[in-house]
Amino acid sequence: MEKTVNQKAWLLVLPVFLVVAFSAIIPMMTVVNYSLQDTFGNNQFFWNGVGWFKELLDPSTDLGGRFLASLGRNLFFSAVILAIEVPLGIVIALSMPREGWQVAACLVILALPLLIPWNVVGTIWQIFGRPDIGLLGYALNSIGIDYNYVANEFDAWATVIVMDVWHWTSLVALLCYAGLKSIPDAYYQAAQIDGASRWAVFTAIQLPKMNRVLLIAVLLRFMDSFMIYTEPFVVTGGGPGNSTTFISIELVKIALGQFDLGKAAAMSLVYNLIILIVCWVFYTVMTNAGAARRVNEGAK
Amino acid sequence: MSRIDLVDLAHSYGGNSADESTYALKPISMTWRQGGAYALLGPSGCGKTTLLNLISGIIAPSRGKILFDGKDVTPLSTQKRNIAQVFQFPVIYDTMTVGQNLAFPLKNRGVPRRDIEVRVSEIAHLLDLTPHLNRKATRLTADAKQKISLGRGLVRSDVAAVLFDEPLTVIDPELKWQLRSKLKALHLELDLTMIYVTHDQTEALTFADTVVVMHDGRVVQSGTPAELFEKPAHTFVGYFIGSPGMNIMPAEVKGREARVNGRVISLKRSYDSLPAGAKIEIGVRPEFVDIAKPAPDLLAAQIERIDDLGRMRFARVRVGDVKFAARLRESFSSTDGKCGLIFDAAHVHVYADSRLVEGTP
Repeated sequence: MEKTVNQKAWLLVLPVFLVVAFSAIIPMMTVVNYSLQDTFGNNQFFWNGVGWFKELLDPSTDLGGRFLASLGRNLFFSAVILAIEVPLGIVIALSMPREGWQVAACLVILALPLLIPWNVVGTIWQIFGRPDIGLLGYALNSIGIDYNYVANEFDAWATVIVMDVWHWTSLVALLCYAGLKSIPDAYYQAAQIDGASRWAVFTAIQLPKMNRVLLIAVLLRFMDSFMIYTEPFVVTGGGPGNSTTFISIELVKIALGQFDLGKAAAMSLVYNLIILIVCWVFYTVMTNAGAARRVNEGAK
Repeated sequence: MSRIDLVDLAHSYGGNSADESTYALKPISMTWRQGGAYALLGPSGCGKTTLLNLISGIIAPSRGKILFDGKDVTPLSTQKRNIAQVFQFPVIYDTMTVGQNLAFPLKNRGVPRRDIEVRVSEIAHLLDLTPHLNRKATRLTADAKQKISLGRGLVRSDVAAVLFDEPLTVIDPELKWQLRSKLKALHLELDLTMIYVTHDQTEALTFADTVVVMHDGRVVQSGTPAELFEKPAHTFVGYFIGSPGMNIMPAEVKGREARVNGRVISLKRSYDSLPAGAKIEIGVRPEFVDIAKPAPDLLAAQIERIDDLGRMRFARVRVGDVKFAARLRESFSSTDGKCGLIFDAAHVHVYADSRLVEGTP
């Protein structure tokens, strides 16, 4: 078959190309450009090669030290909230009613925190935790616990973590609930017939049937918590000291506070790269799980 | 190993309402003897699965009692009832191997490990699952998965009964036949009471030694396949069992004679005391009606079409408004489709309000 040559077809691709260029490629290349230079203001730029990237990965320099420390805080934060939110979400999903009006009531109540904008969540907790006027802070202090998230590192971390758990456990719970609902009644009936205990039902039926939604929940929560900015920024502003300064907060400080465009550009590129890699892992794992599932169902 | 008695058992999904006609299962009393192979046969929605779930304890009855060996088990949970049930769709535990799946019911009941191994390998051998014992159950075909479900039902040697809820629905027709024969063989080998729910008459008639036919929440007849075929106790049984089903037509019955369209059909027995005001019908299986040339003393009919079933040909005919099926012999031929019907008197039954009336010889 002879191929029709039609150069006009390029015109059809052009709008998409222009949109993508302005929305992604040009800003991205600007950042790449900045990351290779240094500036002292006055719109004067000096070539620095990969210098910023070298510094970024070297803990002995100021930039590297700040980046690696905040990366460590990010990873620790993600690990803690995953360790709390996933089991808690499963427990909530398991204890939810299966039918009747109570289901709708539970779903609405669970969905409420998810509907609140990030900075409002931050403001709620910032006021809630204040020792002088906040309900939580005042109550804790009046029962003798010296709680002050502005002064104490542990309190600041506890506040940020509890806030994230409050904000996002619902997501895990809703995903798990959807997974649980998809298990046919016959499985529970068979387990009854087989004399399975409550624990055996959980480990032999519910957990294996939930593993796909759990995977989604874990990966979503990981990515989201890794990119966290607004809530800790509003509540603690990264403090006390640098104790709750996550990468995103550090980035904003360097870029907009110090106006170190080169350093900030290099850091945001590496940050971006880490998130891209996580996305790729997410995508690969999900499609593999999907393929394995199709193979299984094809055999049926 | 026990006898199961149902005493005035009834169930309504809408709670214990006073209106019996809304019951999914109307009150029944019956006995299932130890070691029997039973089939519960009936169309979808007739209450057979409800009855099964009541026996296994998955649902609690609105009324009545269930006795295992004379002991009332009605308030007991499924776990404590000592019963096995296999469902319509395969249920397997994804994370376990085939062997672990089979061992699961025994493990949960604290059976010693050595006994579990012996029993599992025995059941795996009977179901041809031995080569798969160490494989993950999720990777198998639907047939194999359903075999695992069957195996889990059969693995406990002490159960009062094994209940099957249309277990072969998802299986290919060819394998269906094999598995059914296998179940039959297992029944003989393991000496378990088996109750098999199906809406497929072939399945019921080949599997069971007693077939229980249900219709609209009631048991309408329970008997051997031959009894169901030759002497249906209810017009529904006659119609539901056999292909084509029994012919039913309104008639006036007096003594040893039935009158249809002014023609007399003679009967083997005498029916003198039929209930007054009841709807009287006669029923006869197509196998016992022959088609002949029209004659003054025969019931006249019009042939509408001929079904060739291979080993037998049936003519679909019309007698007045009533549709009828009859056996067609090779020798018969007709150009205008007019014919007469010859009845085998021994196989013509009389029904009053759909129930069989026993005549006097």
